[in-house]
Amino acid sequence: METTAVKPQFSEAAQAEIKRLLTHYPDERRKSALLPVLHIAQAEFGGWVSPVVQDLVAETLGIKPIEVYEVSSFYTMFNLKPVGKHVLEICRTGPCMLRGSDELTAHLERITGAKVGGPASADGLFTLKEVECLAACGFAPIVQVREKYYEQLDTPEAVDAMLTELRNQVHRPALPWEENGLPNALANN
Amino acid sequence: MGRKLLTEHINVEGIDTLEVYRKHGGYRSVEKALKTMTPDEVVEEVKKSGLRGRGGAGFPTGMKWSFLAKPEGVPRYLVCNADESEPGTFKDRQLMSKLPHLLIEGMITSSYALGANTSYIYIRGELLYVLRILEKAIAEAYAAGFLGKNILGSGYDLDLHVHPGGGAYICGEETALLESLEGKRGNPRNKPPFPAVQGLYARPTVVNNVESIAAVPVIVNEGGDEYAKIGVGRSTGTKLISACGHLNKPGIYEIELGLPVEEFIYSDEYCGGIWKGRDLKAVVAGGSSVPILPKELILKTAAGENRLMTYESLSDGGFVTGTMLGSGGFIAMDETTCIVRNTWNFSRFYHHESCGQCSPCREGTGWMEKVLHRLEHGHGHMEDIDLLVSVAKQIEGNTICPLGEAAAWPVAAAVRHFRHEFEWHVTHAKEAAQPGAVYRPSGVLV
Repeated sequence: METTAVKPQFSEAAQAEIKRLLTHYPDERRKSALLPVLHIAQAEFGGWVSPVVQDLVAETLGIKPIEVYEVSSFYTMFNLKPVGKHVLEICRTGPCMLRGSDELTAHLERITGAKVGGPASADGLFTLKEVECLAACGFAPIVQVREKYYEQLDTPEAVDAMLTELRNQVHRPALPWEENGLPNALANN
Repeated sequence: MGRKLLTEHINVEGIDTLEVYRKHGGYRSVEKALKTMTPDEVVEEVKKSGLRGRGGAGFPTGMKWSFLAKPEGVPRYLVCNADESEPGTFKDRQLMSKLPHLLIEGMITSSYALGANTSYIYIRGELLYVLRILEKAIAEAYAAGFLGKNILGSGYDLDLHVHPGGGAYICGEETALLESLEGKRGNPRNKPPFPAVQGLYARPTVVNNVESIAAVPVIVNEGGDEYAKIGVGRSTGTKLISACGHLNKPGIYEIELGLPVEEFIYSDEYCGGIWKGRDLKAVVAGGSSVPILPKELILKTAAGENRLMTYESLSDGGFVTGTMLGSGGFIAMDETTCIVRNTWNFSRFYHHESCGQCSPCREGTGWMEKVLHRLEHGHGHMEDIDLLVSVAKQIEGNTICPLGEAAAWPVAAAVRHFRHEFEWHVTHAKEAAQPGAVYRPSGVLV
């Protein structure tokens, strides 16, 4: 019951990027920009798209909220519940399984304390999510975190290196349209 | 050593920049096509090349192009399918991230041939980092006059955009991809009408795989006849093979079609054999959707001939003893692999990725996953084995799009070639349910 939720706003940098994206499609087809704009929204608002954020996306594109909800719930990349600072998307499909993804998942659950499909680890840093084939099968097993692929995670050392790198990230990496770094308003991202 | 038509320069330092790419002959096909050829002449060369769709279906690209409707005054589109999601396949990701300009060059030359003035590259959302690479390269191409208005003074205009998906295997199906590009759920469309008549925004559209588009520059530069000289029979040219699983050297290999499968697996030039000195058990040769074959049948056909990496040789014997080249996602499994577990894993994938539109697929994929889960976990019954075959058969041919077949074939083939292993999971349920347990013909656990 989010009756008192504060209406979110896209940062100026994101607004400019959305404006650029809209030039890619015919004027009467603004809805085409829905998936790219949902990606921006997820990056802007803490790694997930809440109902109010989805409403903002609908308003931005001039479409009905239901048109956003039905899409965000269809595609696996959009998180519909709050997540930890880093979402570890572990590939579980055949080729990764052949090279140890089951063991990797068990290892990550052990050392982060989070469970696949469950809430974030107690320190709020890691959410574990199993995903299907990430198209990097020759470098299995794989974990994706935001826009980065961590490959060949078949040794504890490789996993540690990934987690250390993530723990040391104060903010998420800036995106191409954030030329001046992460906007102040997103300091918690 | 086979010829490398696409990846010859893939490891050159800086090849992802326009400057270095041009130094190695990049964008020649754009100059040649726009300045010296009519669009129909480009289509003709692609037809002559015998190029077949590299996404998996293997439909002749030139023929697909010739189906494009061209009503007067109606815009038409070329959309590149970069939604690479077929388990075992990772060639397009490599090609786009290392050679972004090759795809852009192919898109310009192909768009010119089709008369498209706006084109899109639909890339799976997980590959946002590759989208960034492509966008940077596209900006370079605009600045150099290869995109935009009046390209190279030819009077031809083209805008090229990259569009991310959101995580959905089904969007690799071309009409689901178009729905997704329109900002909707990726539900495949009923056909006809085909995209060639009503595609993106209900306008005539061609959808081609990344690797197919990337082959167009060399076809235009060298001529379709030259391209067709490589390969065997109707399998012309080169193919990128994504090799993964239990191989010594997994990775991407550009091969001349016609290479013997045995050489591909065991030669040091390619995969270098099976890891840890183990024996090969089975191969899924063309992405998870194609039938699995045991070692004997992947190396040689039922008639005892060497199996070759061609569309025809891999499908020799039909589904009884053969398989398909598919997308070239080559998954090798060593002797310690449990086929039941692997089949369960794949069926979970298809259940997860079914869009839910057609009940045979929505219900059937879930049913197969459930049955395979209980077999793998020691709760199966003998009747379950035929039940799997029966469910697979009832999905096949009864869905709007080929995801139904893609889900059914791997299950049917696993039972066909490894029935004894499924039976062992029932007769030795407790042992089979142990982690890492694998059936051996001798009955010994690994």
